[in-house]
Amino acid sequence: MTTSLTPDAATASLAGSAGARAVARATTGVADETTPDVEIVDVTKRFGAVTAVDRMRLSISRGEFYSLLGPSGCGKTTTLRMIAGFEQPTEGEIFLDGKPIAGIPPYRRNVNTVFQHYALFPHMDVARNVGYGLRQRKVAKVEEARRVGEALALVRLAGYERRRTWEMSGGQQQRVALARALVNHPTVLLLDEPLGALDLKLRKEMQLELKALQREVGITFVYVTHDQEEALTMSDVIVVMRDGRIQQQGDPTELYECPTNRFVADFLGSSNFIAATVEGVDASSRTATVRSDRGLVLRGTVTDPAAAIAAGDAVTVATRPERLEVRPDDGAAPGAAPGWTELAGRIRQGTYLGDHSEYRVVTDLAGELIVRRQNTVGAGSALGGGPGDPVVVRWHETANLILVG
Amino acid sequence: MATALTPTPARTGGGRAKSALLTGALLLPASIWYLFLLVLPMGFVVAFSFGEKARNGGYTPAFTLDNYGQVMKGADPFLESLKLATAGTFLTLLVALPLAYFLATRAGSRKGLFVLLLVIPFWTSFLIRTYSWLIVLGRGNLGGFIGGLLGDPNFRLLGTPGAILLGLVYGYLPLMIFPLYVTLERMDRSLIEASKDLGAGRWATFRQITLPIALPGLVTGSILVFIPMMGEYVIPQILGYGRTFLIGNALVLDFLEARNWPLGSAKAVVLIATMLITISVYVWFVNRGRQARGVGVLGARPP
Repeated sequence: MTTSLTPDAATASLAGSAGARAVARATTGVADETTPDVEIVDVTKRFGAVTAVDRMRLSISRGEFYSLLGPSGCGKTTTLRMIAGFEQPTEGEIFLDGKPIAGIPPYRRNVNTVFQHYALFPHMDVARNVGYGLRQRKVAKVEEARRVGEALALVRLAGYERRRTWEMSGGQQQRVALARALVNHPTVLLLDEPLGALDLKLRKEMQLELKALQREVGITFVYVTHDQEEALTMSDVIVVMRDGRIQQQGDPTELYECPTNRFVADFLGSSNFIAATVEGVDASSRTATVRSDRGLVLRGTVTDPAAAIAAGDAVTVATRPERLEVRPDDGAAPGAAPGWTELAGRIRQGTYLGDHSEYRVVTDLAGELIVRRQNTVGAGSALGGGPGDPVVVRWHETANLILVG
Repeated sequence: MATALTPTPARTGGGRAKSALLTGALLLPASIWYLFLLVLPMGFVVAFSFGEKARNGGYTPAFTLDNYGQVMKGADPFLESLKLATAGTFLTLLVALPLAYFLATRAGSRKGLFVLLLVIPFWTSFLIRTYSWLIVLGRGNLGGFIGGLLGDPNFRLLGTPGAILLGLVYGYLPLMIFPLYVTLERMDRSLIEASKDLGAGRWATFRQITLPIALPGLVTGSILVFIPMMGEYVIPQILGYGRTFLIGNALVLDFLEARNWPLGSAKAVVLIATMLITISVYVWFVNRGRQARGVGVLGARPP
């Protein structure tokens, strides 16, 4: 999958000049390397009675790719707009490069934004668009032309200087918007769902390219998206938000493998949830034994290190569909190996999805489970049969994630 | 495949003929209208302008350039009208631009109400609205009040170029506001944010982004206002007491009183030429450099 692809190929194909690299290094080397680029301290933003961002606390490290991920209305765009200066926090403080930025207008912040629909100036050609920020700072014409050329080379649009932006494809407009922001060497680059308007193939390509570009220039990226795959592909750190609050933050692997609550387990990828009650806790290994409402006993890992659980607590067991295995029921007695759970069930629905197939299996002890099966031998991987056929579902206890609440 | 495709070209051919017919039908009423009420009369005016005045007034066929010679000798009404229309257009723009900007960007949910308020005066006759200014500006009201402030008992507002200008701006304001409002309204608000994000302050953003993008509306509005102001007769007659001799006055004099149709026609032709030239120069000036980038005003492909 895209997550496992290394962006080396894209990096190599980027026409990144040595000059741009040197400038980028200079930009990142201004202050102490350990100061976070952006620090959001107890920020709340209210619009009338609506609280868009609720006591948010986030430290964004230098040179990293951060994604703010969440459904619409979760406060991610508001957070971005507060960093850019288009909105002022109702409470709390934002620090940029260690300095508080309350009251500083957007045009005096060393932050640039790539807007959702690019917001390219229609009455200017590509070069004038990209050079806009430099002209505001009275950069000499020759210098402007040089840096614009460099920025366009960086986004692989060398030679497009005189093009009209509205004659370009969505992907090209996207690159112009990127170049227009990067040419100013911002401390932080903010990206507001910039790939949303592109088609799927181009979007995937741009994801890898953006990540490679970010590594190349070394500028901190803060990327807002509602697309979990996009976040997984590009981010060093994903911050999952909901209702104005941070649900969890961590690198993609951590977030996917160890979601600490039900929302994250559901929003990032998909999960089977089984309601259960704690029977016993092993504090040293952070594991617990639980009994589902229908009497199924499971052992699993408690993902939230801060969670204090005891026998009798209500919890949710989450399992990823791809960790479950399914096979036709051959009538053999279900004698599970140690650590494995085996359940008999019946297929309710099987869906062939090209690279994998998805089965909804109804079991007596765990209700309906979604099982994903990679089609490694093509269509031959399919289970055959149809709805109502008896099957056996099994999974190892390492797949069980015990979520509090 | 082949059998399925065969009927298609025939159908397209029939469709094309039908579509041409429809195009003709759509254009017919307007074409007739323009032919008989614009092109033909214009032809008469041009033809008359080379003729001679009949003994009892009117027109006798001839070919002479005398009428044009006479127009050139008495160019004052043209200059007066040009001055007034230019000043009027400029003043209208000064009032309309901030208002249109406010309507497009800051009026919020009250937008509809404000637009309605702008339109309501149009439900009343133009003449009545102009006459009411007589009362407002008269000695008993604003005129007398300002005279009192200045300590000048002979101060008058009515009958001055100032009163004419005020009437012109009042009368033609909506024609300037609406095209401006529409272009500003259509403008993507994120462009302004992008400009600020890239380091431009309020004024720099207005100058470099808002104004250039509103330019097509500004040009349209200016032309819509300038043309009728050039030929304006009623407002200067009522609010200016007819004291300023404009091209409108000259035409009325020639056609209705002196009954010198050829001279009047020559003046009309010169008036039309003056306006065409003025507007062409204006559009050329605004378009310098823009056309090359494909973002020119009038006739350029829109972004």
